[in-house]
Amino acid sequence: MITSFLIRSLDRTIVIAVAILLALAVLVPALNLLTSADHPLHVPTYLVSLFGKYLTYALLALALDLVWGFCGILSLGHAAFFALGGYAMGMYLMRQIGARGSYGNPLLPDFMVFLNWKELPWFWYGFDMFWFAALMVIVVPGLIAFVFGWFAFRSRVNGVYLSIITQAMTYALLLAFFRNDMGFGGNNGLTDFKDILGFNIQADGTRGALFAASALALAASLVITSGIVRSKFGKVLVALRDAESRTRFLGYRVEHMKLFAFTVSAMMAGVAGALYVPQVGIINPGEFEPGNSIEVVIWTAVGGRGTLVGPIIGAILVNGGKSIFTAAFPEFWLFALGGLFVLVTLFLPKGVVGTALQYVSRRRAYREARNHKDAGLPAAEPLAAE
Amino acid sequence: MYRIFQTLLIALCLFTAIPGGLRAEEGLRDLVNALGEAKLSNMDEHIAALAKTGDAKVVPVLEALGEGMLYARKADNQVFLTKESGSNLTLTDPVTGESAGEAPKAAFSKIKVNNGVRRAVRTALGSLTLLSPDRNQRLKAAQSVLQSPNADALGAIENALAAEKDAEVRALLERARATTLLISDRPVDEKKEAVQVLKQSGGREALSILSTALNSADETLRPDIEAALAGIEQTQALWAAGQNVWYGLSLGSVLLLAAIGLAITFGVMGIINMAHGEMVMLGAYTTFMVQEILRNSFPGLFDWSLAIALPLAFLVTGAVGMAMERGVIRFLYGRPLETLLATWGISLILQQSVRSIFGPTNREVGNPSWMSGAFELGGLTITWNRLWIILFALAVFAALLFLLKKTPMGLQMRAVTQNRRMASSMGIRTPWVDALTFALGSGIAGMAGVALSQIDNVSPNLGQGYIIDSFMVVVFGGVGNLWGTLVGAFSLGILNKFLEPYAGAVLGKILVLVLIILFIQKRPRGLFALKGRAVEA
Repeated sequence: MITSFLIRSLDRTIVIAVAILLALAVLVPALNLLTSADHPLHVPTYLVSLFGKYLTYALLALALDLVWGFCGILSLGHAAFFALGGYAMGMYLMRQIGARGSYGNPLLPDFMVFLNWKELPWFWYGFDMFWFAALMVIVVPGLIAFVFGWFAFRSRVNGVYLSIITQAMTYALLLAFFRNDMGFGGNNGLTDFKDILGFNIQADGTRGALFAASALALAASLVITSGIVRSKFGKVLVALRDAESRTRFLGYRVEHMKLFAFTVSAMMAGVAGALYVPQVGIINPGEFEPGNSIEVVIWTAVGGRGTLVGPIIGAILVNGGKSIFTAAFPEFWLFALGGLFVLVTLFLPKGVVGTALQYVSRRRAYREARNHKDAGLPAAEPLAAE
Repeated sequence: MYRIFQTLLIALCLFTAIPGGLRAEEGLRDLVNALGEAKLSNMDEHIAALAKTGDAKVVPVLEALGEGMLYARKADNQVFLTKESGSNLTLTDPVTGESAGEAPKAAFSKIKVNNGVRRAVRTALGSLTLLSPDRNQRLKAAQSVLQSPNADALGAIENALAAEKDAEVRALLERARATTLLISDRPVDEKKEAVQVLKQSGGREALSILSTALNSADETLRPDIEAALAGIEQTQALWAAGQNVWYGLSLGSVLLLAAIGLAITFGVMGIINMAHGEMVMLGAYTTFMVQEILRNSFPGLFDWSLAIALPLAFLVTGAVGMAMERGVIRFLYGRPLETLLATWGISLILQQSVRSIFGPTNREVGNPSWMSGAFELGGLTITWNRLWIILFALAVFAALLFLLKKTPMGLQMRAVTQNRRMASSMGIRTPWVDALTFALGSGIAGMAGVALSQIDNVSPNLGQGYIIDSFMVVVFGGVGNLWGTLVGAFSLGILNKFLEPYAGAVLGKILVLVLIILFIQKRPRGLFALKGRAVEA
């Protein structure tokens, strides 16, 4: 079953994308570590981390695409799952600091000593073990998405309403994580990480490994989502996106299917967050900002929702643009981003990849029609993509 | 004949030329001088006579008498206020209050006092200021008696109470009497009454008076005081709850202002306008601009700044709204999620524009004089700006309701939202109505911005703080229903303020959000859901 799942998932675009990601996973760290600084192909460490960050963003956009592009659920709170995964990883990294913090407390992280806490809160137990933290990275966002989605989908909260309450959810989490009493470092979040799995987090090797891990996670998620989307289940997902009531009347448990997609997507977002935190070195409540979640939507929209490769390209394009823009003309970045929102929704509703695919299929249909005509056959209708 | 003429002349002088004050002074001088001849036994009467004049000048005289600093000159029996300096006395005229030089002690005799006289002086002093013809003086005296109660002054207070006409002073005196009575040796029955008086008056002061009285009270009085204490605490809790309701109403009015424009664009038209908060922000910046211009060019009109800014803000944001609708949103009808994204993009552009023009920092918007300050209503403290904002929110709500229900334009708006094609067939220019409706919603957001500039920081991020709350209000109240927005705004405001004392501001807000999320599960269409076919539209 698993093999058939895999085989079905691997069409040509996915194979190419996965191959590129695997190549990157090897090549970029290798170019960083094995070449000297003045070599023309040398990749500086900061770029390794920057690209690694883009890959985690791409993973987040892919997760959003699963629910938005294929299931019609526009979540305006996906950055919350990303941040939750990030916090789980951050807690592990905090516990790894041990007695090397400014206060030298072997058990308590610095901010707890600062707040005069005497013992570790119960929810920090277990985070000294990597496997537990890694589990939590998936379980916590998944669980919250499950509970939230169970309530929301069961009572048929749809469309815009769902978008707004997902936004309210991430806003509530933002306010909650800002509180010092929550035990997650309040305003400052978690930072000053020292090492991960015993390796120095600043070292070039670790950076390269984190980049490779991000690329591998993205490739694996791509295969998984592709498998989901191409399965029979995925076909029904698309059906419920386009005609929810009809799908329900046909006898499908629409709310269960949505819940499954939403939970899987949240777990992927959590993994993305967990890979993001060690590469940027900090996680704070700002990640819960509703604006961040909406930005993820624009990455997906720019790349093309409903295509699997699109969100990845979109995330990299927009964030690359952001890095260049904010360095060159910082005050114009928001103009550019805002303009992007407007222009993409007006003129590129299918995104870059979607529009390209549409163009390709039109060309193919046109060519076939011409061939048919030459052969004296009745012309086939061009495929209407709408 | 000559003598008669002389007497007449003197009389004439006395009654016409000499001002009335001087005459009173002479009478007072006689009374003061009488002290010098008085004996200890009839000193009381003299003191009472002095006190009866009710003249403020008597006060230092009586004080000096009590301290034994009042001397009579042996030669002519003139009485002076004195201060010792070596073997001499520094003299002060008791009536004019002017210095009268120095003189050797031997020429004077001290007016003798004993405890009886001192008590009489004290009582007289208390009652003297309490009986003063000047209302403010009486008020001050009553307050001081209330603050440092003295059992001896009880009689004076009662006298004053009998003569007092002014309601405010009377109320103070009543409390002073009750307070003094509790520490006097009056019978228990009277004390019980006093406890009741204090209970009636309420407040933190009465609470502390009664709790001190409780410590020294005897067994018969104790239950009364305890009951009164419990009663006062209960009233105070009620007032605190009332204050919370007021804060809630105030927050609710802010939410209503922010959400009411959204109730039009989102509720009536179904457009998700994420740039709604930025319309509020633009309204606030319009106020800032108006105030800047007024401050520089017409400082006298500053109190009118809000009245001027209101229509301007409506026009500015209405125009921006119309441009948005014509330029972007109309291409996205029927695609709510895309509308959401596009308007979010517009909100980013608007924010950044304002940031580029006015800078990222807070801008100062002043309160006109009629909006600053506060007043007390029972146990409530009510600030003027909050009161005006509540009234303004209600006025905007009423105006909007009128517009939608009673005017041709409102009729067209409702027709277009209910059945676009039918409305179009009836000759309504639907695109024009769309644009106007959206402009109206945006314009109202701009007017909300004028009001909110009075209580919030005017910065480019002003709008972001309101967008989620406004959506919550509209969704909670029920989409497409203005009354739902009203009820939603005020109930969320009050709920928020009642949760705050228990959960803290932030946690309270989180709880409200969670409650709304749960509520939407239960009633996905909000508090006042539209019924029938409109639901599916």
